[in-house]
Amino acid sequence: MSPQTKEAPPYAEDTVASDEDSGRIIRITGPVVVAEHMTGSRMYDIVRVGNESLMGEIIKLLEDTATIQVYEETSGLHVGEPVTSTGAPLTVELGPGLLTSVYDGIQRPLSFLAERSGDFIGRGMSIDPLSEDTTWDWTPVAAVGDEVYAGKVLGTVPEGPLVHRIMVPPVHGAAGTIKSLAPAGSYHIHDVIATLSDGAELTMTQRWPVREGRPYERKLDPSRPFVTGMRVLDTFFPIALGGNAIIPGGFGTGKTVTQQSLAKWADVDIIVYVGCGERGNEMTEVLSEFPELEDPRSGAPLMERTVLVANTSNMPVAAREASIYVGITLAEYYRDMGYSVAMMADSTSRWGEALREVSGRLEEMPGEEGYPAYLATRLAAFYERCGLVVPLGSVADESHNAEARGQGSVTMVGAVSPAGGDLSEPMTQNSLRVTGAFWALDTDLAHQRHFPAISWTKSYTLFLGQVSRWFSDNVANDWATIRERAMAVLQKEIELQEIVQLVGPDALPEAEKGTMEVARMIREDFLQQFAFDAVDAYCPIEKQYAILDTIIQFGDEIEAAIGRGVLLSTILNLPLRGQIAALKTTPHEEALKRIKELVPEIHNQITHLEVG
Amino acid sequence: MARFIAPLTTTRYSTLESVAGPLIIVQGVSEAAYDEVVEITMPDGTIRSGQVLEVEGDNAVVQVYEGTSGIDVDVTSARFMGEVARINVSVELLGRVLDGTGKPIDGGQPIMPEERRDINGAPINPIRRDQPSDFIETGVSAIDGLNTLVRGQKLPIFTASGLPANELAALIVRQARVLSGEEFAIVFGAMGITNREASYFVQSFEESGALDRVVFFRNLADDPTVERILTPRCALTVAEYLAFTCEMQVLVVLSDMTNYCEALREISTAREEVPGRRGYPGYLYTDLSTIYERAGRIKGSNGSITQLPIVSMPDDDITHPIPDLTGYITEGQIVLSRGLHRRGLFPPVDALPCLSRLMNSGIGPGKTREDHSALANQLYSAYAHGTELRRLVAIIGEEALSATDRSFLRFADAFEGEFIAQGATGRTITETLDLGWKLLTILPIEELKRVQNFIDKYYPKEGDDAETSSAAKPETKEERDARRLNERAEAASKASDKVVSPEARTIVNRGGQ
Repeated sequence: MSPQTKEAPPYAEDTVASDEDSGRIIRITGPVVVAEHMTGSRMYDIVRVGNESLMGEIIKLLEDTATIQVYEETSGLHVGEPVTSTGAPLTVELGPGLLTSVYDGIQRPLSFLAERSGDFIGRGMSIDPLSEDTTWDWTPVAAVGDEVYAGKVLGTVPEGPLVHRIMVPPVHGAAGTIKSLAPAGSYHIHDVIATLSDGAELTMTQRWPVREGRPYERKLDPSRPFVTGMRVLDTFFPIALGGNAIIPGGFGTGKTVTQQSLAKWADVDIIVYVGCGERGNEMTEVLSEFPELEDPRSGAPLMERTVLVANTSNMPVAAREASIYVGITLAEYYRDMGYSVAMMADSTSRWGEALREVSGRLEEMPGEEGYPAYLATRLAAFYERCGLVVPLGSVADESHNAEARGQGSVTMVGAVSPAGGDLSEPMTQNSLRVTGAFWALDTDLAHQRHFPAISWTKSYTLFLGQVSRWFSDNVANDWATIRERAMAVLQKEIELQEIVQLVGPDALPEAEKGTMEVARMIREDFLQQFAFDAVDAYCPIEKQYAILDTIIQFGDEIEAAIGRGVLLSTILNLPLRGQIAALKTTPHEEALKRIKELVPEIHNQITHLEVG
Repeated sequence: MARFIAPLTTTRYSTLESVAGPLIIVQGVSEAAYDEVVEITMPDGTIRSGQVLEVEGDNAVVQVYEGTSGIDVDVTSARFMGEVARINVSVELLGRVLDGTGKPIDGGQPIMPEERRDINGAPINPIRRDQPSDFIETGVSAIDGLNTLVRGQKLPIFTASGLPANELAALIVRQARVLSGEEFAIVFGAMGITNREASYFVQSFEESGALDRVVFFRNLADDPTVERILTPRCALTVAEYLAFTCEMQVLVVLSDMTNYCEALREISTAREEVPGRRGYPGYLYTDLSTIYERAGRIKGSNGSITQLPIVSMPDDDITHPIPDLTGYITEGQIVLSRGLHRRGLFPPVDALPCLSRLMNSGIGPGKTREDHSALANQLYSAYAHGTELRRLVAIIGEEALSATDRSFLRFADAFEGEFIAQGATGRTITETLDLGWKLLTILPIEELKRVQNFIDKYYPKEGDDAETSSAAKPETKEERDARRLNERAEAASKASDKVVSPEARTIVNRGGQ
């Protein structure tokens, strides 16, 4: 067996143990390896396993015996092969060049993996996450002699449509002053751009352990909505920037399409999309679509504000477990620059399953459905990493009259794939306890091709109180009222349907038939949204309100007319319904203009109907 | 990447400690490797093969593919071969019958390997994948019209005991073609199916003259259970070679994945692992994904692997872990219905729970027809409404419905009877779409909200009646064959400038001789 060239991970060059104190494999079972003589190792340290230097992480220590989850395929590994600890936990490299990148679950860029090992993913490769070759236009913001504190902005580089702020890494704390600072110009990411009075040299990059949340000054109460352009979400179940939501649904209900729509149209600065244990072809779809699509705000390709973490289902299971943490750490880094970041995790159930698989190999006592007992703790710790924050160092920046960063936020939307579509399973239930909104996908709706198949009866949001003020200030005073009335009509429809089931639709009084008709319009002309239609894919918030308001007013007119004795069928014979239905596929400005004419038309036509 | 070079010498160990189910534990092994192949010599001198599942110190847990009956702890010996399971691949495999582990069992010539490949393969790098977007015409309306299959997709057939999934799979294999006219090479992995089912497939390939294009892996119901663990992996390794090295269009049929999962459960139980749902191991999802995810296309290669796994739903239960986890990995599913089958309809495809996730990238102008997507949506929602009304009718009776609702009921019946149940014939995509339009005439025109933009162009005019109904009538076999030949020749001439790799060309020629 020829040992591969060993490459030490770049962040821990000086800490790699020498051969004498390397451990030795004594047990291999799937992705879990046990090694002895691992004296001095710490929990969650990264290790290099075997002659091929596979990357792994210590997940259990018993005296000098370490249990390791290996991020790469273990077949062919022998008992007795060496294991060396890098002495550092799993970290990600943060710096300019993250945007547009596609990483695997442990931040190895997939394009470089393809260069090294071709169409299929090989083993034992360690690759720098950020390109050494690219140069960046550096503009210093700080000055020599400035006091240094964690999170201080030293300078900026342009990255795609954004300004990438180079900050003092959080670990530095208050550490004297800036001794020297590179002048404006082009630099590589690892060039020293500042030296501090304590001798530390800073580059444009920093490293951060993924399992630890990055620090911030303080958390704020979220108040602005996370605008997605999806009517059912924005109007019925909005969440706040810095909030979180889960999308559970059986297969085929549209989790991925919903996640991708959010990634395309959400009103945020940065998208971190984590494909965690999902289909390879879905990642291809994102990869081929995002460079083509335009960010509605900046006009730049969507890919320029996106980081993708792709660990498909057939890639090693331990790396899948890590991928979620890699994603959230990247998101937090951009949050610290004062940006709003949305992270999509598709699907958190696969992460939970990875946890379960490794737990099973460790022969731990299983909790519910074989999931480890610590599932809830891990989920809570993970979802609590999102939020609206005052970034670290920005308060100090302001006191030094430096450029203010404002607030940063991480909003998280996690897909959940419940086994058998059964929402009582542990992943869904544990996620519900720690997240603020529940966007339930419904199999029946999906079968009827009602998309997005988000159920208006099962879903809920806890952010309504926090965001409705924004809606009444920025959209319309009666936003909350219209929303409530629409919800009430849909609720009424469910009750009426029960009666129809028993006595048939013709037995309903005219007024209630009218309600059924309005409910149907809300469902078909408002809630249904076609993700593949150029116009309908994204619906601005004003248009959402205007369409719903039109339908509600139409309902009022029907009610009044029926009260006068007009037959429902007479009203429905008017060509109005088709015109309302056409609104959602009419371009934004035109639709708003059209609605201004339509509302009086509705009133005129219906009030002039003959009684009979 | 050569991970593992077989050592020149291997040691034989006769230190079997115990035998449990399909597993043996060998003691005192120095440096066993995880996943390594083991050769087991029985007391009577016969050889069995196995694979290392776990090593701990000098103990190795080995699963024996041919089963452990007859193994003793005194005489039986094990030799660790120093390499992971591999299979010889070659284009010469086309037309051959192999056992579940890839050894020829048709009495033909030994196969001259062009390469020896690790059967576990390696994950395709997601950025090297090419988006599947080429329409495959299967001739089955329920698939072509509503749940279009594209090249590089994995689309399972969810069936249940007694339903004709094999017949449907054979029909698809017989009729499947891409617009460029290239023929599919077929890799068939039979796992635990009966002899009768296996010979049905062979016969069906023979009748359609496809036998020369088939690589047949045969693990029958009475063959060793554990061998089934290898069968899909061997089949896909051959498929990858044909698709990405020889640039052929490969259709992989795996029947039946439920038997595979059961074998996996048997081993997991023997190892006393913590069970997940219904006793299946917690890693069932990961394990299945390493099979299903081997479908796809790769940038820079003309070849493709399209997978058509057959999954039996135990007790007709779609939420059973096997169909459930399959559905989470595959790009949609075709679901068969007992109700339709009882009414004698074939293929008994239950349209509502069916789905093809890649449909939208494989249809539309230039691929099928501009109205395809809208029409499929309209047919779906009308059928869903119709079936919903059936439930209502059961309670309140048909008289209580409005005229419009009654038309939806009529539509649902006609949709099942004509569109879905086409019998064992083929329809071109145009026929399928035209038939869809014809059925829509049952409904009031103002109900056709989803196809509004296409009504002028495609809604059957009154005078067209004769023509459309002839399209709906199943044509005779001769007519169909003649027409398909013509179409294929046309398509082929259109695609003549397409680059075909030399290997692929030889195979096509060989198929013709």
